[in-house]
Amino acid sequence: MTELIEILRQPWPWYVAGPMIALVMLSLLFFGNSFGISSNLRTICSVLGGGKNCEYFDFDWKSQLWNLVFAAGLIIGGVISSYHLSDGGQIELSNETASELREMGIQYPGAGFVPAEIFSWESLLTLKGFVMLVIGGFLVGFGTRYAGGCTSGHAISGLSDLQPASLLAVIGFFIGGLLVTYFVLPGLLST
Amino acid sequence: MKFFRYLLVGILFGIVLSKAEIISWYRIYEMFRFQSFHMYGVIGSAVVIGVIFVQIIKRLNIKTVEGKNIIIAPKQFSVPRYLFGGILFGFGWAMTGACPGPLFTLVGNGISVILVTILAALFGTYVYGLIKSKLPH
Repeated sequence: MTELIEILRQPWPWYVAGPMIALVMLSLLFFGNSFGISSNLRTICSVLGGGKNCEYFDFDWKSQLWNLVFAAGLIIGGVISSYHLSDGGQIELSNETASELREMGIQYPGAGFVPAEIFSWESLLTLKGFVMLVIGGFLVGFGTRYAGGCTSGHAISGLSDLQPASLLAVIGFFIGGLLVTYFVLPGLLST
Repeated sequence: MKFFRYLLVGILFGIVLSKAEIISWYRIYEMFRFQSFHMYGVIGSAVVIGVIFVQIIKRLNIKTVEGKNIIIAPKQFSVPRYLFGGILFGFGWAMTGACPGPLFTLVGNGISVILVTILAALFGTYVYGLIKSKLPH
């Protein structure tokens, strides 16, 4: 048992994670639902009363309770992983990535899941912190609902069903992500 | 109790997202810089297995646990909605290093400032709902 936990504590390779994600999607299909996490953002707006002055949030959110429970599981999974399955958390980045991030001012690339310089409460008041955490979050919410799905709904679920709309959405995800990574982040991180 | 199975699958997914470092801003940056195969391997293998099993489900007419047909709702194809919406989400994905699932799992991993990002995402969703009819779909 302890040996098993030792193995689980190591970072999981892609060929374990990918099939497990397919298993998550297929489980939800067998339960009669579908895999799509960004729908929860709409549901939470509806729970908070958004349906009073906006038709888009005026729907029976109780039909989506299962998905909120699924999202609660995502948080608990993170807690379990950090308390019981963590190996100390150094992320083995490629040398190129680590060295270019250091040049852009990130001191310890790969120490923890996220760069401490940006993902802290203090940094919210800096330009890069505000843009990356607040504007970035806004765009995640706005963009996923405009596109009708995120990575789970389009890239995993939609592509698994060979849907052209999902392929176009994923192409869009990459156009947007590449533009920001190549033209916005270098300047922003150096501020 | 009928929701318990969703909690279990959610917990499993949260652990996978954490242990395979999919919630890491660094991994998303590395993916968009094409400097590592990791994220392509994760998404690619999930899709390949997904395609195979969705085909099996369709050909063998496999039912849900309640005996109903398994349906992945077909998305009505149009260009502006998926292209513009997709690009806007792509901007946010590269900035935050997280799509909606990882936002929740990062909170569980103790990155508390992500709560602000989740609030911002809720606000973005709300604004989309308000101006939806004025956008090309």
